[in-house]
Amino acid sequence: MKVDARELAAALAPGAVLALWAAGGAGVFALTLEPAERAALGAMLEPRAALLVLGWLLLSGALGALARQAYLRWVAAPARLAEDAKVLVGTDAQREIEPAGSAENRALAEAINQLARQRAALRGDIDAKVREASREIEQERSRLAALMSELTQSVVVCNLDGRILLYNNRARLQFRALSQAPSLADGAELIGLGRSIYAVFDRQLVAHALQSVQQRLQRGAASPSAQFVTSTRGGQLLRVQMAPVRAIAAAAGAAEGADEVALNGFVLMLDNITRDFADESLRDQLLHGLTEGSRASLGNLQAAVEMLDYEDLDAPTRERFLGVVRDEVQAMSRRIQDLARHTTQTQKTRWPLEDMLGADLAAAAVQRIGALGSCRASAGEVDAALWLKVDSYSLLQALTYLAARLVDEYEIRLIRLRLAAAPGGRAHLDLIWVGQAMSTETVMTWETDPIRVGDESTALTVRDVVDRHDGEFWFERERVRHEAFFRFLLPLASGHEQLEAEMFVRHESRPEYYDFDLFQATEPTRELADRPLAELSFTVFDTETTGLNPSDGDEILQIGATRIVNGKLRRQENFERLVDPQRPIPEASIPIHGITPEMVAGQPTIREVLPAFHRFAQDTVLVAHNAAFDMRFLQLKEAATGVAFDQPVLDTLLLSALVHPAQSSHRLEEIAARFGVEVLGRHTALGDAMVTAEVFLKMIPLLADKGIHTLAQAREAAQQTYYARIRY
Amino acid sequence: MSHKVLIADDEPNILISLEFLMKREGHQVFVARDGNEALEAIRRERPDLVLLDVMMPGKTGFDVCQAVRADESFAGMKIVLLTAKGRDTDVAKGTALGADAYLTKPFSTKDLAARVRELLGGGA
Repeated sequence: MKVDARELAAALAPGAVLALWAAGGAGVFALTLEPAERAALGAMLEPRAALLVLGWLLLSGALGALARQAYLRWVAAPARLAEDAKVLVGTDAQREIEPAGSAENRALAEAINQLARQRAALRGDIDAKVREASREIEQERSRLAALMSELTQSVVVCNLDGRILLYNNRARLQFRALSQAPSLADGAELIGLGRSIYAVFDRQLVAHALQSVQQRLQRGAASPSAQFVTSTRGGQLLRVQMAPVRAIAAAAGAAEGADEVALNGFVLMLDNITRDFADESLRDQLLHGLTEGSRASLGNLQAAVEMLDYEDLDAPTRERFLGVVRDEVQAMSRRIQDLARHTTQTQKTRWPLEDMLGADLAAAAVQRIGALGSCRASAGEVDAALWLKVDSYSLLQALTYLAARLVDEYEIRLIRLRLAAAPGGRAHLDLIWVGQAMSTETVMTWETDPIRVGDESTALTVRDVVDRHDGEFWFERERVRHEAFFRFLLPLASGHEQLEAEMFVRHESRPEYYDFDLFQATEPTRELADRPLAELSFTVFDTETTGLNPSDGDEILQIGATRIVNGKLRRQENFERLVDPQRPIPEASIPIHGITPEMVAGQPTIREVLPAFHRFAQDTVLVAHNAAFDMRFLQLKEAATGVAFDQPVLDTLLLSALVHPAQSSHRLEEIAARFGVEVLGRHTALGDAMVTAEVFLKMIPLLADKGIHTLAQAREAAQQTYYARIRY
Repeated sequence: MSHKVLIADDEPNILISLEFLMKREGHQVFVARDGNEALEAIRRERPDLVLLDVMMPGKTGFDVCQAVRADESFAGMKIVLLTAKGRDTDVAKGTALGADAYLTKPFSTKDLAARVRELLGGGA
């Protein structure tokens, strides 16, 4: 136990003071005495000295004990209280101070405890509010993302540097169409979080549009948006509408009449009008041909016919004019036929038809017919793969109406629906029933009577609905089965749109296509090497190869890659390609990578794939496990493909050796197990790239603990590890 | 009285009728089948009136009209533009380039004959 020096001093002080007082008092007293008196006093005191000392000892002992008590009570206790209070201030520890010492001291301790409790409550409150607020923000964000992903218009949101913060699925599909290597990179080299929109659009064009948006904002225009049409490198025409994203602070300032309106980004809504434009030009051309071509022909005709009116024509002259008439009539007939052929192809979809899965339409019809009450309906033979191009509302009305008349007039109780593909890009939708056959005349009247559904009467007839679809409608009997059916001939959705629609449904989880944190990001002024790892964009990749020695003719079989932007793995933004190695695949290697010669037959060669991958990886840092190996394959192809991967490279193998120097294995599986990363699809290039990316993300904080924050530091430290010194 | 009339059109089917019509009107008729031929004929024959189709290979009717109006020595030559282009912008262009009349196909030959008579009568 440590002895408190001040406590000891307090305890000894009374004795010392008493001794001093006695000695001092005795000295002064002795000075006033004659030598004889001093000797007499000495003789008197000397034998009783022990008694005097004993008295002093007793007295100083008692006083010392009292002084010590006083010290403990009035000095030590407040000091301890102050110490405890300081601890409370300096830490978040949830503890109470033990009240001690005087009543005042105890009261003080209690007051401090109350303050501490108040502080804890306030803190809890703030934490709860912060949590609540961030939950709300997160909710709003995901609501926005949900909204965006369902939109049928392409939307891309960028910050002022043109970096993409959000895009929706539609935009992804559109950019896919813009990609110069659509089959290779799927447009993922163009659109991705953090990627620059200027890879697609001319910077000047966007700057000009931004400027006009700014001008409109300053004028106080109601909808300060700008529009431009641009053609992309692939020859596609895009109509782009730009709307501003205002900085929040500026929005408040603007209300107070601030004239400078700050933007912190912009929204682009894209429409690919290539097809519309082509349709429009074709229509124009046809119209032009019809008017001008017909004018000339009619001019010739009219002149010739009017000449024929002269009665004094000789036979050969008359024949010449008749020849002109015949000639021009034929020319006009040809023109009209051409026109008719084109217009049926281009003009037929004047009524806005939507793409709808045939099975959905059938299910809706079954439900509507069932709701009539006295009739059951079923969707028996429905081809689930068919996408129709229909006006579903009017078509359902027509189906329900026909069913209702069957029920009312022929007491039909069971109706089946059938949907099957028909030649010429069309489908048969049949309304089938068993029973009494009706006359074709009856059907004709049903076709042209106004549609009534319940009490609701419309101006439409079944014929009108069919015409809207440029389809047909008829009645057929199958005597053998005692069945009869109405058949609708309806257009199928075109293949392109079907594909898009499928891509819409196929995503089970809503992909993350946004990162608003990128709003803060500004064009890096610092060198790449000096930027923190957490801020950089990475392309994490892996290759599967025919063997280990590229210099001995081993080739790449597959490249897989994914992206890390703003510290998050972007699973949706990936790249995966099989490559035709143009050499046999060694039998022994097939169990390792699982790629058979059949799989690579007909795949693109490395000359096509590597440039696409190069574009995918542009402006990012490359990351791979045992990167030296993959990089050798890439570098050996530089001459053949004309693309050089000169960006910085990080190797998760070396980084693992850096963060876990004591571990003996730095194989990807081992590292993944160490970090608790689930391994799925190991030994496909993309599967390995995903695992590598997750492992890499887990390493970043561990590297930071070791004082490794920037790219340059990471590269330098990795070079120092044992593994780096082994040449592959 | 007889005038020299040049008909320039690349469509034989209209040439037949117009040639017949103008001859019937008592004019001396020349024909040209494209713009360059028309200009040559104009220089050679110095017609009193030219029926000019706008859409011709080589030089268009507009080009020929402009060339004629640029040459002082052809002052007084009447030019009637015939065209299948019906847009009013084309009419405006033709008039601006100095055509005396602008007829859109199809037109009535009676109207044409009347216009020609009017133009030649007034210029004579």
